[in-house]
Formats: sequence, structure tokens, C-alpha cells
Amino acid sequence: MSTQTPVRPVESAQGPVEVHRRLPRFAPSGLYVAGIVVGALLAALTTGGFNIALTVVYGAVLGTLAVWLTSRAVEGRRKASDRLVTCLVTTAFVIALVPLVSLVYTVLDKGLERFDSEFFNSSMLGVVGEGGGAYHAILGTLIVTALTTVISVPIGLMTAIYLVEYGSGRLKKAITFLVDVMTGIPSIVAGLFAFALFSIFFGPGIRLGVMGAVALSVLMIPVVVRSAEEVLKLVPNELREASYALGVSKWRTIVKVVLRTSIAGLGTGITLAIARVIGETAPLLVTTGLITSTNMNPFDGRMTTLPVYAFYQLTQPGFPAEPAIARAWTAALVLIILVMALNIVARLISRFFAPKTGR
Amino acid sequence: MTTTSAPPSSPPQRREPAAQKRKGRFGDRLFAGASTGSGILILLVLAGVAVFLISRSIPALTADTADLPNEEGLGAYIGPLIFGTLLAAVIALVVATPLAVGIALYITHYAPRRLAALMGYVMDLLAAIPSVVYGFWGIATLAPALVPFYGWLERNLGFIPLFSGPASVTGRTMLTVGLVLAVMILPIISAISREVFSQAPALHREAALALGATRWEMIRMSVLPYGKSGVIGGAMLGLGRALGETLAVAIVLSASGVVTFDLISSTNPSTIAANIALQFPESSGLNVNVLIASGLALFVITLAVNMLARWVVNRRADFSGAN
Repeated sequence: MSTQTPVRPVESAQGPVEVHRRLPRFAPSGLYVAGIVVGALLAALTTGGFNIALTVVYGAVLGTLAVWLTSRAVEGRRKASDRLVTCLVTTAFVIALVPLVSLVYTVLDKGLERFDSEFFNSSMLGVVGEGGGAYHAILGTLIVTALTTVISVPIGLMTAIYLVEYGSGRLKKAITFLVDVMTGIPSIVAGLFAFALFSIFFGPGIRLGVMGAVALSVLMIPVVVRSAEEVLKLVPNELREASYALGVSKWRTIVKVVLRTSIAGLGTGITLAIARVIGETAPLLVTTGLITSTNMNPFDGRMTTLPVYAFYQLTQPGFPAEPAIARAWTAALVLIILVMALNIVARLISRFFAPKTGR
Repeated sequence: MTTTSAPPSSPPQRREPAAQKRKGRFGDRLFAGASTGSGILILLVLAGVAVFLISRSIPALTADTADLPNEEGLGAYIGPLIFGTLLAAVIALVVATPLAVGIALYITHYAPRRLAALMGYVMDLLAAIPSVVYGFWGIATLAPALVPFYGWLERNLGFIPLFSGPASVTGRTMLTVGLVLAVMILPIISAISREVFSQAPALHREAALALGATRWEMIRMSVLPYGKSGVIGGAMLGLGRALGETLAVAIVLSASGVVTFDLISSTNPSTIAANIALQFPESSGLNVNVLIASGLALFVITLAVNMLARWVVNRRADFSGAN
């Protein structure tokens, strides 16, 4: 776009040559803004006040139309459709940002009300109405997630090693395909699987923290495999060959060379996988259940987790409802903070533990 | 890679002392066994999901009609749920796909390079927000905001069966759910579209520009044909996610087990996943088996959608490898 062809009104002996007329550089954005202003006026006229949604809708339509028609009149059909698509694509992007901003604003607005020390220091034991907190739920989430990580990471990592270093033929193809398919298992189905598995041994009323960990592992393993596989594939073959040439056995090469080289990527992938499962609610709803007191033992009895806690505080607030709903929003805020923190940690890992290969 | 590594590595191995060789072989065998075992375990888990779900839903499949929760048979119970699941997912897909393609095009071909990386990161964050939080947002912000819009739809487009109304006063309708799901699957579709769009061969793009094409003509001629199957595959993965989404639907939708195409009224069909989440904690006996049977139906549907999606995406990979 930077190559601006100057306006050249060319006349030649053979007749009129096609003239490339262009709109000035800032004309499209100016026209678009004008469209939005007219849209705001129109919205104000039709509703008798300022209405942000109508302003945006009218503004986007009018702005796009203004740009398209002007460009069509001045620059011709091809250039006009190019400008039209630019408007549409940019609008699509802005529309997609609206829910994100609105969501973050809503959660911050409502969640900060109970973002106090009591929320982090007390459980719901004996709490009716005001007060109470999510100490037990935060602890439960940390325990279940840690257990999930302990189950998923070895299995996922070894599977990725198999796929990259050992696998061949139909088994490799089958595993790759099924890992992909497994990524799409609905989370509630994973929960039902864990419930069905444990209820065969412990009876139908069973609820355990470890059941939740098993359910989450079904969701986390494929994510770990996928990311670890991508990272291991990036390790240059020369490193492996150099190691073999020194007479190092294959498993030592994998542990000392391949894994050592890719440790940053693996750390990032595993952290993002944890971020993916820490907010899962549906499988925990059917496996870990809900209690009001703190339970530290995932192998005995129900265990409250943060997402389930938030869900029940919002949907079954009891009476009076306001304190419970405020707690629910704070729990949602804590959940978002956890996920964002994990995402940032993942970025930091990939920055600071990156291999020093000089590439 | 094995052919290039074999010649230099095999002679030293042959000269190794016997003891060291055996030790190395033991470690190798252990490691190979453990990694192969993990791979096979994944196959077993997937098979296990199917087997356990089937085994726990057999009591519901064979039960007497009169014992079922609705006393009309399993099909009559699960049917409306499947309808609701598909309806919500299709709305989400119809809304999200064009937007996601627009976003992907904006990030790959329109945004300034420096800004594009940041925007990609923001979209990834959108994907990381837990679904229960989307549910909270849906019921607290989106649903009330849509109420006047639903009133407008009923008044002006009421002749279309989709908007026949009466419009819900809470906004907890099928259309709201579809929009929340659309926001949730937007990052998935746009991430995959972004990937394929950025992989479109630079030579094709430059050739189009060199022939005097405008940016849109270049995209239409070289980027979109290349990325088409990637977009389709991404959309189907998003569909799979929307089909299985639980909490956002459970929180937002006011469901009543009817079959209707009316998207803006307060009586809506529930979805399989939301129904399980809401009913399961209070269920016992045969009801649990019925819910697991509905979960099995959901599993089969999403499995089919995901397999189809992967097949479409992988077919593109084969094609681009030959390109």
C-alpha cells in the first residue's frame, strides 16, 4: 500500500488512457468516521438518546457504505471492492474485541467487591449470607490440578517421545489421529467417563478429588502430547546424529540431548495445558461434588473446586442471594487471574529457558 | 533421517564393550517400552471412554419405558436434547465463521506486522478464558443487553418462524446461547484459519500483486483457495467444541425440553451437556444411566464431527506437502 502512484492525467494520441485516480490517503478512514457520526445521530434520533449498540451497528453500515460508494465513484469497481473488504475485515476484528473487553470489564466490576482477605482465608463452613470465602475451593482446585498434572505429563510426554523418536507405521498414524480426536472430547463426557469408571468399583454415589483428576487427565493428555510433539520435532536431527556418533545410546540421547534442548518449549506447552484444564467445570461437577468445608485428601470424600464453587454460588445462591452472587463473581475473577498468570508464566518460560543454540 | 544417521553411528556401537552394550540395551528397551506403552494407553483410554459409557448406559437402553424419567422412552427424552445441541451449535457456527475468517485475514494480511503478533496473543487469551466465566458474562451482561433487540426482532421480523416470539424478557434464549458459544469458538476457528492463511505460498501472493491485483483480489485468488479446507476444518473443530460446551449453556439458557425453532422466546430446548450438568448432581438410580446414555450420544456426535474435521485438515496437509 505504500507505493503511491501519482495522479497522472495522461492524454495520448491513441485516445484516452485509463486514468488511475486515487482517494487521498486519509479519505477512507475519514469517511468511515463520518459514517459513524451519522450513525450516532441516527441512533439518537430513533431512540431519543445515546445508544451504544445502535450507534455501532448504524455506524459500521453507514461508514462502510460511504467508503465503498466514494471509492466506487472515484477509483472504480476493483479498487472499491478492495476498500469494501478492508472495511469488512477490520469491522469483524473490532466486533470480536467487543465481547472480550465487555467480559473483562464485567468480571472486574463485579468481582472486586469481595476481593478481600476474608475471601482467601475462610471456607464456607457454617456460612449463611454475608462473609465466607473460597479458601477450600482454591485449595481443592490446586490439589486436583496438581494431581492431574502428575498423571498427564508423564503419559503425554512419553507418548510424544514415542511419536517423534520411536513410532512408525500404522500404530503411529493411529495414535496421532486418535490424539487429535481426543482433543475434541466434550469435557462433560470426560467427567462421565471418570464417574462410570469409579462407580463400578465404589458404587454409584462416589465423589472423590482423584476422580476429577482422572477426568481432567483425559482432557489434558492430548494437549500435552500435541504441544510436546511439536516441540520435539523442532530439535535438529544433527544433534541426535552427533550424539549417536559418540556412541551414546538412544534413550540417553533422548533424555540428555533431545529433552534438554526442548525443555523451554515443553515447559511452555505443559503450563498452557494446565491453564486449559484449571478452568474446566463440567467434569468436576459430576466427579468431585461440593462441600462447604476444607478437604485436603483427594482420595477421601467430596472436594470443592473453584469453578464448581463459582457455578453453585451463582445458580443456587440461597437466601439472601446477594452475598453468594458477589462470591461467585470474585471466584470467576480469581479463575481468570489464575489462567492469565499461567499464560504469562508460559511466556516467561519460553523466554528464559530457551536453548542457547545461537540460531 | 534414519538413513543419514545410520552410517556414522553403527560402527562405534559394534565396537562397544559387552557390558556397556547390555546396559545401554536395557535402558533402551525400558524407554522404548515405556513410550510405546504410553501411546497404547491413549488408545485404551479412548476405547475405555466408549466402553464405560456404553456399559453404564445399557440399563437405560434396556429399561422399561415406564421407568424412564419422562415415561415415554429414551428416544423421546434424548431427541429434543440432540435437537437443542445441534441448534445452538449451528447458530454459533453461522455467526462465528465469517467473523473468524475476517479476524484471521485482518491479522495475517491487514494489520501492521508488530500489532499482528499482539492481536494473535489477545485472541489466544480469549480462548483461555474458562467457560463458566463466559456463562457468567452471558447471563449478566449479554442477555439483558439483547432484550430490546429481541423485542425489535419480534416486532419487525416476527413473520420469520425463527423470530416469532413472544420475546423473552430475561434474554435467556437460544439465540443468546448461540452468540455466547460463537464468542467461545471464535478463537479456535480464527487460530486455525490464521495458520493456513499465513502459510499461503508467498510466490503465489507476489505473483498476483505483480499482475496488478488489488489486495482483495490477491487474497481471493491465492490465499482463500489455499486456505479453504483449513477454514472448513477449523469451523468443524469449533462445531465440535460448541456441541460439547456445557456450563455456558447451563447458566444462560432457560430450558423447558420443547422442540422449537423459535430462537427468542423463553421456552427453549436444552442441550445434552447442559442437561447432564444440571440434572446429574441430583440424580440417582436409573436416571444416572439415562444421563450417561445421553452423554454417549453426545460422544458419538462429537467424535464423528471431529474425525471429519481432522480428515479435512489432514487432507490439506498432504496436498500442501506436495505443493
